[in-house]
Amino acid sequence: MIIAERKPIDEIKSFIEGQKKVLVVGCRGCVTVCNAGGTKEVEILASLLRLDAQKEGHDVTVDEHTLERQCDPEYIDELVEFVDKKYDAILSMACSVGPQFLSRRYPKENIFPALNTNFIGGALAHGIWAEHCQACGNCIIHKFGGMCPVTRCSKSLMNGPCGGSAGGVCEISKEVECIWHLIATKFMEEGKLEQFAPIQPIKDWSSSRDGGPRKIVREELVK
Amino acid sequence: MSDEFEPRIIAFCCQYCSYSAADMAGSMRLQYPTNVEIVLIPCTGRFDVILALKAFESGADGVYVAGCLEGNCHFVDGNIRAKKRVAYLANELKKIGIEPERIAMYNLSASMGPRFAEIVTEFTDNIKALGPSPVKKKLAA
Repeated sequence: MIIAERKPIDEIKSFIEGQKKVLVVGCRGCVTVCNAGGTKEVEILASLLRLDAQKEGHDVTVDEHTLERQCDPEYIDELVEFVDKKYDAILSMACSVGPQFLSRRYPKENIFPALNTNFIGGALAHGIWAEHCQACGNCIIHKFGGMCPVTRCSKSLMNGPCGGSAGGVCEISKEVECIWHLIATKFMEEGKLEQFAPIQPIKDWSSSRDGGPRKIVREELVK
Repeated sequence: MSDEFEPRIIAFCCQYCSYSAADMAGSMRLQYPTNVEIVLIPCTGRFDVILALKAFESGADGVYVAGCLEGNCHFVDGNIRAKKRVAYLANELKKIGIEPERIAMYNLSASMGPRFAEIVTEFTDNIKALGPSPVKKKLAA
């Protein structure tokens, strides 16, 4: 899923400074699962903003609504009844796709991102998420024991480990495990070290961001 | 009537410990301030930051969560989770200019009736010293 986290409250406050009517919009997709922008987080942010406004003696209305997803037009359409209520600012608690879709669908509205979108990852435990994919567009994890060196090696090496690997951790931080250490260990344990031997070719990055913004069109699905 | 500030305090009390301790404090005829309104929860693991935020929005001057002694939670670690949520909320409140001391976590067992009364007194005194919630002050103005 896409992992995101809420922006600092001061930054969010700066978006709505002087505004009287604010709508906080959540998303029931990835950001609900990573506890960043679901119904609960919408409630918390809206409540904090109301408390802050009340404390300052400002008369601010902060409403809440959570959409099924903010990355599909049919769900974005649902927001029309709220948009009709004329909000001064709309805070999207989805990944960055959400506020972009909202801005396109409702071009006259003041739409702000309330989250920072961090990475594509998974939950290692409740409350702990780690990056596992950077959407390079050409998955090759089967060559590396089911692990992705493109994402999980700090240098995206195709033929690691490098000299910065020590004791299973990367030189950039003791918190970052060396994925090449894990790959090599796995191959050794399984007696498949020969799979480690071939020199991997230079990665073709044209399917990644290097090829510019990407788009997929599946004719069999297009109406 | 006295003009002294009487805070409104909401206490989220676990049924296995502090709620029973409150019962015991009552049975023991212990005196403590009447400022605290108790909300029974099945475990402090049920406590969520939104509950405290709603209390503050509704005019509470202080909120505390009272759970079992660490290591004695009926559900293993509900009180440890609550402690982290309280710390998180205290930090969030601080960021919007509300004193973090307005939210607190206490631990006690069901047999600690006198400690319950002591906590109520202690927290009420703390909140009295802080004065009315800055949210409420503006609402009243």
